[in-house]
Amino acid sequence: MNPSLNLWLIPILPLAGAAINGFLGKKSSRTAVTTIALFFSGAAFAMALWVAVRFSSLSLPYEEYLAHWIRAGSFSADFAFYLDQLSLVMLLVVTGVGFLIHIYSVGYMWDDPSYYRFFSYLNLFMFFMLTLVLANNYLLMFIGWEGVGLASYLLIGFWFTKDSAASAGKKAFIVNRIGDFGFLIALFLLIQHFGTLNFDAVFQGVVPLGPETMGAGLLTAIGILLMLGACGKSAQIPLYIWLPDAMEGPTPVSALIHAATMVTAGVYMVSRSHVIFDRAPIALSVVAIIGTLTAFFAATIGIAQTDIKKVLAYSTVSQLGYMFMACGVGAFSAGIFHLMTHAFFKGLLFLGAGSVIHAVGGEQDMRKMGGLRLYAPWTFLTMTIATLAIAGIPPLAGFFSKDEILWRAYSSEHGSWIFWLIGVLTAFITSFYMFRLWFLTFLGDYRGGEAVETADGHGSAHGHGNKNDGHGLPHESPMVMIVPLAILAVLSFVGGWVGIGNRFENFIAPVFRAGAVAATETAAEAAGHLEFYLMLVSVAAAFLGLYLAYLLYHKREDLPQKIADSLGGFYQAIVHKYYIDELYAALFVKPLIDGSTRILWHDVDQKVIDASVNDSADGARRASDEVRHMQSGNIRSYAGWIAAGSALVIAFMIWMGVR
Amino acid sequence: MTSSYVPLSYYLLLSGFLFACGVAGFIIKRNIISIFMSIELMLNGVNLSFVAFAAHWHALAGQIFVFFVMVVAAAEAAVGLAIIIAVYRTRETLNVDQVNLLKL
Repeated sequence: MNPSLNLWLIPILPLAGAAINGFLGKKSSRTAVTTIALFFSGAAFAMALWVAVRFSSLSLPYEEYLAHWIRAGSFSADFAFYLDQLSLVMLLVVTGVGFLIHIYSVGYMWDDPSYYRFFSYLNLFMFFMLTLVLANNYLLMFIGWEGVGLASYLLIGFWFTKDSAASAGKKAFIVNRIGDFGFLIALFLLIQHFGTLNFDAVFQGVVPLGPETMGAGLLTAIGILLMLGACGKSAQIPLYIWLPDAMEGPTPVSALIHAATMVTAGVYMVSRSHVIFDRAPIALSVVAIIGTLTAFFAATIGIAQTDIKKVLAYSTVSQLGYMFMACGVGAFSAGIFHLMTHAFFKGLLFLGAGSVIHAVGGEQDMRKMGGLRLYAPWTFLTMTIATLAIAGIPPLAGFFSKDEILWRAYSSEHGSWIFWLIGVLTAFITSFYMFRLWFLTFLGDYRGGEAVETADGHGSAHGHGNKNDGHGLPHESPMVMIVPLAILAVLSFVGGWVGIGNRFENFIAPVFRAGAVAATETAAEAAGHLEFYLMLVSVAAAFLGLYLAYLLYHKREDLPQKIADSLGGFYQAIVHKYYIDELYAALFVKPLIDGSTRILWHDVDQKVIDASVNDSADGARRASDEVRHMQSGNIRSYAGWIAAGSALVIAFMIWMGVR
Repeated sequence: MTSSYVPLSYYLLLSGFLFACGVAGFIIKRNIISIFMSIELMLNGVNLSFVAFAAHWHALAGQIFVFFVMVVAAAEAAVGLAIIIAVYRTRETLNVDQVNLLKL
């Protein structure tokens, strides 16, 4: 029997931090707020590490029951936690990267007037995210799922006085509702057919069903609906549009929520439900196709963005596409591996971007940066590692996980060379736009204006240090921001090495082998040479992207403009993100607003509901206006009415026959 | 028995006549005191019918009820007369047509 680990403490600790800072933070000093926020998130990380140390002595999966939640007939859902290799990886990523970003935020947000509110939200996010990854049933997971959505909304709209931030928060929340709708229907289907939402019980019910190879059935429906939920949370086509706008939030938020952790919840959920997806090939293909398309399209949009955070946002969408591609070809462990390495290098990229934005005083346009390697050497160094990692250049983390995905996309029984080809193409584009960012930001000469103190929202997060030195020239960030960058840089460098010799896969495999359809694993072993050649191709693609970026943005800086001009309309389409936002506005938003205004507001609300209320009130007023003249104050007329009334009653009684 | 000399219907006719007089007086008269007396007339008309029925059916309840009516009438007279005096003191009239402030 397992000893009690008290897993419930891990999510509760950040919640306590959020509550203390949320209720008392306004009156306390910055130091106190910092201490509380860092203590509770750090304690959660320490707990997670302790769990990881004891992990090998546990019999898995480890389940921990905390309290009753819902008991309705035969259906029940509890506050109970579930720990296996998959949750452990997520647990360590969330608490570890989360804790580092907490430290970084101390430096980044120090001058913000709502310092305490920021940390309260950040801790709240940690609580919900940990609930999500530790839940032992879909319903508790859904609580975490909605909770991280709430935290995301609060943090995107953190500078809510800025109109664009407020509406970006709303957009994220509303678009996520569409995905959650799918998730909920999937849960209802599970309850209807299996009578439970506990992971183990559901999977036990699913295992005897066998693969739905003949045609779409229940499992396919559940799988596709779950994927709709994942599309919302993890920003996949067609619901990815909220993520780029979410960059309105403070940069540490972008790093933690919109790159490293929350957006990967969809990948986690799909992997967790692998038993269902294994038996629904059509749903699996949907996942793979959505992932591949998203990876490719988001990458192409990333080429033409000029806002440093927007590039990273589209890059995130694209990398999440890779993870779904991996899940879609049945290589869940490769997807989770990429999730982990991506959390390191993308978290680092965002924090580095935050440091860059900090260095140049709130400017986010890469065309006004350049030459920052001289002014911010630490940021330059760490960002270089992250860029090499995401581009997939060996031996950094991104190379191992991305190569694993590409190989699986090609070799898996659900895979195909098309997925692989698009994947390699995307890897090339990824390398290109990331080095474009790198060249534009760090090399060349500084192109920013002199001593402009920005007045927009980001400026408020800045102006750190004493005001006298202003923002004349770019400067390095304080140590409290550099240290997390350095740690993440180390992780981005070595994080992939756990994948050497399939060690990561072997570690996490028990999760995905349990309840899996008996798979043919011989195919993967047979083609050792092929794997090596394919790896060469993807590395070549990465270097080709690097070289192209070097050519265009360092050697011949006039070329990009010429190419853009010669491409004309196509270039414009990319700059405007393929007009997807405009398309959605025309297809969904405008009809919705028009329909609501014209039919629901003017017709239904004003002409039916308001009218019935107003007319009945008017009728009552007019009727009583007539009747009130009876009350003349004349006693004798009252007496007359009473007499007449009694006469009427008596007459009625006689007519009916008195008993 | 009494009823063998005077039939019940005679009592009821008298009772109805008294009540009708009361109603007519209540509606026609303008003086509060006259109206007040009309009310007493109506009450006594009803009382008469009560005792007549009680005697006819040999049931005591009707007679007991009359006592209640008389008690209430006495109380009403006390309160009513007090109100009439109060009204006269403030408005210096007993004409109900001029006491019509309580209207909408």
